[in-house]
Amino acid sequence: MLRNIAFWIDDRVHLSKLYASTAGHHVPRNAESWFYVFGSGTLLCFILQVVTGTCLAFVYTPSASEAYTSLEYLNYHQQLGWLLRAMHNWGSNFMVGIMILHLAQVFLFGAFKYPREMTWISGVVLLLCTLGMAFTGQVLRFDQDAYWGLGIGAAMMGRVPVIGPELVHFMLAGPIIAGETLSRFFTMHVFIIPGTIIALVSLHLRLVLSKGINEYPVPGKPVVKATYEQEYEDLVKKDGVPFFPKAISKDLIFSGVVMLAILGCALYFGPEGPHGVPDPTQINTVPKPDFFFLWLYAVLALLPDYLETILILTVPVIAIGLLFALPFISGTGEKSARRRPVAVLAVLIIFLTVGTLNYLGTYSPWSPKMTAWSAEQTPVKYIQGRTPLELQGALVLQYKQCRNCHSIGGSGGLRGPALDGVATRLTGDQLTRQVIQGGGNMPAYGKNLNPSEVAALVAFMKTLRGPNEIPAQDSNSPQGRAQTGEKVAQAAP
Amino acid sequence: MSVKPQQPQAAPDAGSSRRRFLFKLGAALNVVAASFIGIPVIGFVFSSFRRKGPSESWISLGALETFPAGQTRLATYRNPYTRPWDGATAEIPCWVRRIEGEKFQIFAINCTHLGCPVRWFQESHLFMCPCHGGAFYEDGAHASGPPPRGLYEYDYQIRNSELFVKGGQLPTLSQPV
Repeated sequence: MLRNIAFWIDDRVHLSKLYASTAGHHVPRNAESWFYVFGSGTLLCFILQVVTGTCLAFVYTPSASEAYTSLEYLNYHQQLGWLLRAMHNWGSNFMVGIMILHLAQVFLFGAFKYPREMTWISGVVLLLCTLGMAFTGQVLRFDQDAYWGLGIGAAMMGRVPVIGPELVHFMLAGPIIAGETLSRFFTMHVFIIPGTIIALVSLHLRLVLSKGINEYPVPGKPVVKATYEQEYEDLVKKDGVPFFPKAISKDLIFSGVVMLAILGCALYFGPEGPHGVPDPTQINTVPKPDFFFLWLYAVLALLPDYLETILILTVPVIAIGLLFALPFISGTGEKSARRRPVAVLAVLIIFLTVGTLNYLGTYSPWSPKMTAWSAEQTPVKYIQGRTPLELQGALVLQYKQCRNCHSIGGSGGLRGPALDGVATRLTGDQLTRQVIQGGGNMPAYGKNLNPSEVAALVAFMKTLRGPNEIPAQDSNSPQGRAQTGEKVAQAAP
Repeated sequence: MSVKPQQPQAAPDAGSSRRRFLFKLGAALNVVAASFIGIPVIGFVFSSFRRKGPSESWISLGALETFPAGQTRLATYRNPYTRPWDGATAEIPCWVRRIEGEKFQIFAINCTHLGCPVRWFQESHLFMCPCHGGAFYEDGAHASGPPPRGLYEYDYQIRNSELFVKGGQLPTLSQPV
């Protein structure tokens, strides 16, 4: 009886035909590699995000006044709301990470080459969509970081020539961040971009099935357009196994591990924020993006201002253009990474650069430590044995927010150089000039300090050197050298 | 089952020209209908794209006495371009510097680099931005760091001993207030 039902369903729904062309289709045996698991891993993360996101949408309120409250409700009142929020956050972190691994693997294995160019191109669009989801998702966690992050995005849009103001209006749904802004991002995050992703993933998978999964690259066997497809077909006929159940095990294991990892991270780390009420009048805030945009945060901090606009406008266009053009630039030739040194070098350099920028963005040494001037004491050893004038200088250093950017004894900001050994680098005159006129990333304090304050400050800074280090000398004048020679004799604490 | 006799073929010209006409009619009708639906939908989506008119208006920041001469203070006003569900996000801060008498400078809170909120320090007379380390002098001029210009300044008016600011737009490099 059950068999008859099964046969009926199969006949009406064509299940076995579907199976044969998808899960049961044959793949080259050597495609059963651990390196190949990242594509299905990314898809798994996406599905998990849709599920957890739908759950969150049962409670989350995308209104500027209530979003924060609904997030707090999810964290503290909704049964298991904290876990759903945590899983959604970690799911997005894992999705971006695994997607990047997938991108690197496909690139290094030459799977973008003939005849799989459209698979690669649809993949690049999916990359952009995923980053779009990451950005819009961040904003939906509507706290101070999100509010000011919107302003930062709008400021970047505003730098586009000619259509800048229109782009700002489009992004913010108006001239300024108001109620419609959040709704716009909600619609993008929940309807528009996921719809696009689903459509593109369907295309992407369809192409993987119809073009066949890339065979494991062998050095010395370049892609030749005229013969590739026949060679591939022969390979699958000779040495092919059905994807399910023979070649899927590593994907299954990776999927299981990823799911457990997301759950584990969610349980251990808990949900992210929300940090700080999105009240614009709370200005004592340091907005920061999530980890996948920290490299951009670092780049924007470190670029000189005259380069910024031109680089913001051209580098993304060039980078994305290169990604799209890749299958046409190197669509044939060697697939194996062992014969493609430029490819390997490019991946290494990009990973190292972005990784370093991400690391810098985590600690953001360029942000002045806004509370250092009032919260960090001058270390005791820098006050011992000083003359009254030098002590007044230490007070000036503290009171005029110098410690916000400069550290002594390891405490203070990292924006400017540490002042611990400044007397060995700059003479008294040079110190005076630097304080009064500024220079580099330092403002000029000439108008904000009276001459006595400058004298005290410089006197204090001239004592900032180690006990056996000689102070900086003005090497051009014999009197200068003689003067400093006297002071070396005085032991500095 | 009896075999049905073959239907005599209709004259090919009459049948296919009617078919062609119906096809063209259907296509044209759909184009018209799609544009009737599409134009308002696109208008809705991009309605905020087109700037319909000045979004800024004059808003009171308080009596002149609340701003002592020679000081820079934080003031807030309610965004005129607001929606009923905005909540606290409609409160926009700004730095009001009273130089002397009726001479003011009202600075936008947004740093000119990328829009983070700048903080005023009375002791060193500097605005410092936490995001990328930009700094501005007391009069808004750029002091150091990545910002490309001085702080954005709002227009202001004094009416009946009250300070009014022209607010309602997010200042950016292409549209400084």
